[in-house]
Amino acid sequence: MDLLLIAQLGVIGLTFFMLINASAILVLAERKIMGFMQQRYGPYLVGPHGMLQPFADIIKLLMKEELRPKGADKWLFTLAPMLSITAAFAAFATVPWGAETTLFGLLDEPVKLGVSDVNVGILVVFAITSMGVYGIVLAGWASNSKYSLFGGLRASAQMISYELSYATSLAAVILLAGSLSLREVVDGQSGVWLGFIPSWYIFLQPVGFIIYMIAGVAETNRAPFDFPEAEQELVAGYNTEYSSVRFALFPQAEYINMTTMAAVATDLYLGGWHGPFLPPEYGWIWFLLKVGAILFTYIWVRWTVPRYRYDQLMRFGWKWLFPASVINLIVTAALVLYFNA
Amino acid sequence: MMDTPFNAVVPMLCVVFAALAVMMAEAFRGRDEQMALGGLGIVGLVGAAVSSMLLWNRNASSFGVIVADNFGLFVTMTLVIVGVLTIMFSSVVVRRDGLPAGEYYALVLFAVVGMIMMATANDLLVIFIALEILSLAVYVLTGIRRDDPRATEAAFKYFLLGAFSSAFFLYGIAFTYGVSGSTRLDRIGAFLAAQSMSDSPLILVAIGMLLVGFAFKISAVPFHMWTPDAYEGAPAVVTGFMSTGVKAAAFAAFTRVFLSAFEPFSVDWAPMIWILAVATMILGTVVGVAQTNVKRMLAYSSIAHGGYLLVGLIAANDVGKAAILFYLLAYAVTNVAAFGVIALLGTRDAANDELRDFSGLWHGRPALAALMTVCLLSLGGLPPTAGFIGKWYIFSAAVSAGYYGLAIIGVLTSVVSVFFYLRVVVMMYMEERDPGLAAPAHVGGVGMVALVASIVVIFYLGVLPTRVLDLAAESISTIF
Amino acid sequence: MPETLIFYALSGFAIGASAMVIGQRNPMYSVMMLIASFGALAGLYVQLDAPFVAVAQIIIYAGAIMVLFLFVVMLLNAPKEDGSEWDRSHPLRQPAVVRLGGLLASLLVVQLGWALLSARGLGGGVAAFGDAETVSSVRVLGRVLFSEYVFAFEATSILILVAMVGAVVLARREGEGS
Repeated sequence: MDLLLIAQLGVIGLTFFMLINASAILVLAERKIMGFMQQRYGPYLVGPHGMLQPFADIIKLLMKEELRPKGADKWLFTLAPMLSITAAFAAFATVPWGAETTLFGLLDEPVKLGVSDVNVGILVVFAITSMGVYGIVLAGWASNSKYSLFGGLRASAQMISYELSYATSLAAVILLAGSLSLREVVDGQSGVWLGFIPSWYIFLQPVGFIIYMIAGVAETNRAPFDFPEAEQELVAGYNTEYSSVRFALFPQAEYINMTTMAAVATDLYLGGWHGPFLPPEYGWIWFLLKVGAILFTYIWVRWTVPRYRYDQLMRFGWKWLFPASVINLIVTAALVLYFNA
Repeated sequence: MMDTPFNAVVPMLCVVFAALAVMMAEAFRGRDEQMALGGLGIVGLVGAAVSSMLLWNRNASSFGVIVADNFGLFVTMTLVIVGVLTIMFSSVVVRRDGLPAGEYYALVLFAVVGMIMMATANDLLVIFIALEILSLAVYVLTGIRRDDPRATEAAFKYFLLGAFSSAFFLYGIAFTYGVSGSTRLDRIGAFLAAQSMSDSPLILVAIGMLLVGFAFKISAVPFHMWTPDAYEGAPAVVTGFMSTGVKAAAFAAFTRVFLSAFEPFSVDWAPMIWILAVATMILGTVVGVAQTNVKRMLAYSSIAHGGYLLVGLIAANDVGKAAILFYLLAYAVTNVAAFGVIALLGTRDAANDELRDFSGLWHGRPALAALMTVCLLSLGGLPPTAGFIGKWYIFSAAVSAGYYGLAIIGVLTSVVSVFFYLRVVVMMYMEERDPGLAAPAHVGGVGMVALVASIVVIFYLGVLPTRVLDLAAESISTIF
Repeated sequence: MPETLIFYALSGFAIGASAMVIGQRNPMYSVMMLIASFGALAGLYVQLDAPFVAVAQIIIYAGAIMVLFLFVVMLLNAPKEDGSEWDRSHPLRQPAVVRLGGLLASLLVVQLGWALLSARGLGGGVAAFGDAETVSSVRVLGRVLFSEYVFAFEATSILILVAMVGAVVLARREGEGS
């Protein structure tokens, strides 16, 4: 086997490993930041400053009994969490997270940091993300419980509604970059304008970025749009009847989806691994920092903004966000046409 | 009119804009405000008619897929007449039955858009989209009276079977594309002309599938199962609209596809259509005799009329093609008017479409009875009405093309069909009105104007057909 | 030939899943099978060097339309098709009718098979469009869509508008509007 193949496999393995850990880190970060914002410590007992708390959680969940309600649909009940987690992992497959590198001269040809690079990468991410909703919807239906069913119904309606704005804001960036490959989009953002502004698409697409972030929150079912699992109304929504590992897969899928969302946002709007000070081989550090910043914002928003009402969610999505994203797309298209002509 | 690349779509656009205007007007209408939404539609249709006249003899074509040749324009004019008459009858019915006016007129106009598109399309893909536009609109119109279980059932049956037949149609398009590499009719025709049958048996499958799709829309036997139920269940004015508009549009596309693109294979498809035509004429007539519901009877009559039109398609000589156009016009005007009478006789709670509801109509509403008589005589093909001339030309085309059998069957079934048309007439004049029945509804205003106008057209076409026949002959010279 | 094997596996999966769609009594399973069938179709598109079509298939059909199907099935919450209405006396359940339908269906299959097997020079005109790389490029696809097929593309918007108006008309509550 040649070195390039091994290196590529290594990158794939590393991506997988990072994603698994991302969910663990995010669980901890969420509780720590929440604690900080609520003027308390958060988890503090397991390990130094509670750093090992996620491992304790995982062990606890693994040891628990797996329950399945009597009236539940056997197949779909088991299938649902698997679908969720598979879609979450698979969606990251076309997201690049670093420039090409030869690993300090170890390789003859450079290896691309990222699982794979296809020429319709953005659409693949979008397609697989949209499959993730089935996990939630099926979990809601198969549990044979009214709370779960409502959670599933809400999830399907909500994700369909916000997918439109999400996709339309993506389309504006595609127009700017002139490519559907995420790697080419990132490469289009290297360099600086006027000597000091990094040429990231966020400066060309500020509205698009905001729309993307809002729709992203809704797509990942995070507060303030966490209706599928609104605990005050629906106990725990679609995952009410789940326990043990099957239960654990849902929040894990959610955190991985968040990470994917943030990584795509970084690639599309924040210049990916491009940044000052660091040489290109170390660009992935920039990438991780930017993803971290977006994820922090996610958590920050969750513990700051109260949950909307369901009708407000729908009205906001259809009457404000979607028209705004369409206008953004039209304006972008017109400007691209004007400046390219 | 200036020559621009968009000329050919102007008639269609007029109707599209009218439909959008209706939707906008409905959106901004006050709660109890009355608006002449139908009038907006008529304005659009008149626009379509005027632009069609201006496009006459110019052979305009837009985007390569819409051709405003005289053939398409003739059918467009027919469809405009159907649309105008339908809207005029509807204005009475919509108010009486409390139908949602904005949506109703918008759907009628969109259906007309689909029909015009279908009649002028030169591309299988566009024909399919047009077919779906008009079908969707008509499905909904069929079931627009949600308080009527018969209408809902009719809409549901029509929708399920229609979707099924659309699948066949689409499958046929896919195979045609697979064989010829194009969906444009002219390119398909050119490609097939250079081929022989043994090279592409797949094209036969494609032709068969497209034939099923078209046969369903023109309700040719044995694809007619939906027709009686849908026609009976739908509001009478909608039945009049779909039995004429859909049929005219589908026949236009049928003729265009089979006589231009698939012309090289006419040896293969002509026998299939021959069987369809004979079965359609015979079944439509024989079963029609047994009906006691006038709408259902007219449904079978319209099946039979589809059979006569198929005869013209098989004959496929110049007389036959022109006869199809003339027959479509004559049949459309007559049938819309006949269903218009039924619609006007109904009330909100009772359809009044049974045979006995017509008893003694002459004594209560002589004018209405006389108008209905003219329509029925025209449908039966008696002189001096439009129906007679239409049938005369169809059958003489069949004879001149050597299809004596078809002509004989056609004449015989026409004679039998006169029986059930005359039965209604006898009912209206000879019978006393059943005392248990309510007096027939009073009809006036727009509905009456539309009826009188269509009667004038029927007599005009029956007595002085030369002008229109010349136009029809001119129409077919441009494409075939 | 792994490619041929994958092709047959995907096609078999698509056909099997489609058969399961109509074979299931539980509408939820039917929907799931339909999604699986779409997934297999997307795989076939990838094999045909048309990744964009494959992704569009997933996004539009599997990702959006089927979610709506699922939504409706869940709203109606019909766990099983009601068997009692389809009793033995239904005209469509008569053995003669079933046999006739089966005969026609198998005739169609045989005829299709015959036509496909004996066809030569399939897609005579299609080959003229260029190699797979050019045809499947999103740029070329977009250009063709907005030039050669622009009318069909625009006409589709009317179709969707009609469908929306129709849905509103049929779904509005009794007594509203007028």
